[in-house]
Amino acid sequence: MMKMITTLIAGLILLFTQLASASQAVDAMLKVYSDAGAGPFSAEAGQRMWTEKHRHNKTPMERSCSSCHTSNLGDSGKHAKTQKVIKPMTPGVNAKRLTDTKKIEKWFMRNCKWTLGRECSAQEKGDFLLYIQK
Amino acid sequence: MMNIYRKLLTIAAVIAASTVLFSGTVYGDDDDHKWGFGWFKQSKLDVAPVNNQVYREECGSCHFAFQPGLLPEKSWRKMMTGLEDHFGDNAELDAETQKSLLDYLVANSADKSNYKRSKRIMGSLRQGEVPLRISDTLYFKKKHDEIPLRYVVDNKDVGSYSKCEACHKRAEAGSYDDDEVDIPGVGRWED
Repeated sequence: MMKMITTLIAGLILLFTQLASASQAVDAMLKVYSDAGAGPFSAEAGQRMWTEKHRHNKTPMERSCSSCHTSNLGDSGKHAKTQKVIKPMTPGVNAKRLTDTKKIEKWFMRNCKWTLGRECSAQEKGDFLLYIQK
Repeated sequence: MMNIYRKLLTIAAVIAASTVLFSGTVYGDDDDHKWGFGWFKQSKLDVAPVNNQVYREECGSCHFAFQPGLLPEKSWRKMMTGLEDHFGDNAELDAETQKSLLDYLVANSADKSNYKRSKRIMGSLRQGEVPLRISDTLYFKKKHDEIPLRYVVDNKDVGSYSKCEACHKRAEAGSYDDDEVDIPGVGRWED
């Protein structure tokens, strides 16, 4: 009986640790960015940058985050080239967003390079995360 | 003398017989495989469907998850070494994921596949050709050469030949049969 209860509790703990929430992943990343010397972070700055238009040597046209994700985080977007639908960014509408730190870093890497022509700084990434999470 | 005639006759018979036997595969139209039932028809898919979840996620989040059997091994190797400029987009992956996807692509590439379209694509390649776009292969071009540009490139619901699934309704399952084609705003396509 004791053994069964122990197993059950262990199982439940495992279950809850697996269900990572957006805030957990965001907190973990904000810690990484703070450790890199960035902060404090601002959702307003993230929002400002979201629609900022960029031009660089990889693109003939202006690019911004909203080119693909739209300026409303609750809306579905479209890949600028392939037109494939991109699900909403805000965790409030799409619970899967911001739950996986590896994915967060992967998409920052790809999309900052596409949009800005360079990687984003720790400060910028922190600002974006707060804005998206809001 | 009699012997030579007999030999010639035998050779002629063999040639005639093999022409009849193989003409179906050599000259027959790809799309006339209406025969077969149930599970047997299932095995007549055009290319092996994608069966790798990481591939589906990593590649399929931006575009149609093209089946590995649509390009040869050399193409996939070249593609996977240039992900930072992937047709103008950045598609960089961490080293571990990149390796596992390359392994998957190579193991299921057109050169290693027994599926019909994979073999046809391979057969249409020129010596030394390493296509990065499926639509650059001669086989693809031949299969699409009668379709007007306004149905694809200038069609707002299609836009590009890279969007297989826009017209091939069962593309994701690895089926590219003519009868399943439905061009948005145009309808069925009769070859």
